[in-house]
Amino acid sequence: MIEFRAVTKRFGDGTVAVDNFDLVIPSRQITVFVGSSGSGKTTLLRMINRMVDLTEGDIEIDGDSIMRKEPVALRRSIGYVMQNSGLLPHFKVIDNVMTVPTLNGVPKKQARDQALELLDTVGLSRSLADRYPSQLSGGQQQRVGVARGLAANPNILLMDEPFGAVDPIVRAELQQEIIRLQRELDKTIVFVTHDIDEAFLLGDQVVILEKSAKIAQVGSPNEIMANPASDFVANFIGTDRGKRALSLKKTESGTILVDSEGRGAGVLVGGPE
Amino acid sequence: MNLLLEAIQWLFSPERLEGSNPIPLRLEEHLFYTFVSVAAAALVAIPLGFYIGHTGKGRDLAVGLSGAARALPSFGLILFLVLLIGVVDVQLQLAAITAFVLLAIPSILAGAYAGIEAVDRRVIDAARAVGMTEWQILWKVEMPIGLPLLIGGLRAATLQVVATATLAAYVGLGGLGIYIFRGLPLQRYDEMLGSALLIAALALVLDGIFALIQQFAIPRGVSAGRAKDVRTSSPRRRPETAKAVQERRG
Repeated sequence: MIEFRAVTKRFGDGTVAVDNFDLVIPSRQITVFVGSSGSGKTTLLRMINRMVDLTEGDIEIDGDSIMRKEPVALRRSIGYVMQNSGLLPHFKVIDNVMTVPTLNGVPKKQARDQALELLDTVGLSRSLADRYPSQLSGGQQQRVGVARGLAANPNILLMDEPFGAVDPIVRAELQQEIIRLQRELDKTIVFVTHDIDEAFLLGDQVVILEKSAKIAQVGSPNEIMANPASDFVANFIGTDRGKRALSLKKTESGTILVDSEGRGAGVLVGGPE
Repeated sequence: MNLLLEAIQWLFSPERLEGSNPIPLRLEEHLFYTFVSVAAAALVAIPLGFYIGHTGKGRDLAVGLSGAARALPSFGLILFLVLLIGVVDVQLQLAAITAFVLLAIPSILAGAYAGIEAVDRRVIDAARAVGMTEWQILWKVEMPIGLPLLIGGLRAATLQVVATATLAAYVGLGGLGIYIFRGLPLQRYDEMLGSALLIAALALVLDGIFALIQQFAIPRGVSAGRAKDVRTSSPRRRPETAKAVQERRG
């Protein structure tokens, strides 16, 4: 469990990125921070592993304050996956995956065996182990990034817009992979995105953020879709318009669902219970 | 054309290996000054350059100082330091080497910090986020990726010193410049041109060696499959490799 307590972040230039933020992130679930740019979602994420130090308040992981931990040790105990994979270009794939265990003093041979298994876990062929990141596709690089994040077997995995730079088809694949990995490995995942569809797809708990990381709404995707807390949320998730505002329409060939533009979007199968 | 032939004749005459000024001895002195000076300059400039590149502190000062230092007149600097430090044998050497070191520092400093600055910030950020210490980031990430530019700095510094070490002869310290300063009052143009050719050849050989080392210093992952980078559809600036910077600088 990760708990934010009255967390505030002011940057040197006076910008308040996060203002008095409270949140409980439950264990073994995916929590998604979603918001437009400038909502402080990445800052929130990076405060968990002290890549950004908070100005006021506290963050606790399973009851222990992160401020009492040494940043380097804290970071090694938390997986981190970033946009554009952030792989070291001069390390082979296998060495990238082994980075953290090697830093922790795990013997080379053992770390290598574990890393090869992790390549299987994230759906990469072992034959890619000795390639360099620049020789992989964007989607493959991102999988290596996930494998690296999992290498030290952390309980927590932080993911900062990990699929922001891959094409939609690959992104959809990777999203399914994350859902599968979460089911298999039971990690606490904190995921940042600006894409509400991605947030609803992945999130057990979705946190919609306004400016300065003000929480507009927290809840499961169903709760948020059924009861948007404000116009801001309704607007953000698109229930007031577009493809998420569906209505029934009788046509000559039967009753179908149409979106706000009047275009057919599907059919209703089975009524509400 | 005649003069060139005479110069070459002078250079390859068997007498060049005899007498009080055999070429091997002077060549040895010349190389000695060059390597000692570049090594000493590297000892100062590399740690400083790494510090500037890693922390970003003092960058403007370093750019300004190395720019100004490049404009130093080397001849004047040597004479000034000789007058300042002393004219006794050991002091004389110290003065000359100090001058060469001062001339070599700017290039090496620039190479060291430019190499580290050329590393994609996101790579460094990721290295830090997975739990590397600042030292580990420097040794395992910034240094290997920045190495080709650092070697480029050493290469430029070596060229500068090997050319300038010619002036050591003016203050009586030998080196290959001795033939030029000896030939000048005697109007022995074959000797002057011949030794100048030798110095130029030496400079080219050293430059070639460094060019080779620089090629081998490019980390494999950075040089391998670079064209594939184009496929990532990041709207942000593409990571700049040391090689790209090198090419842009020409």
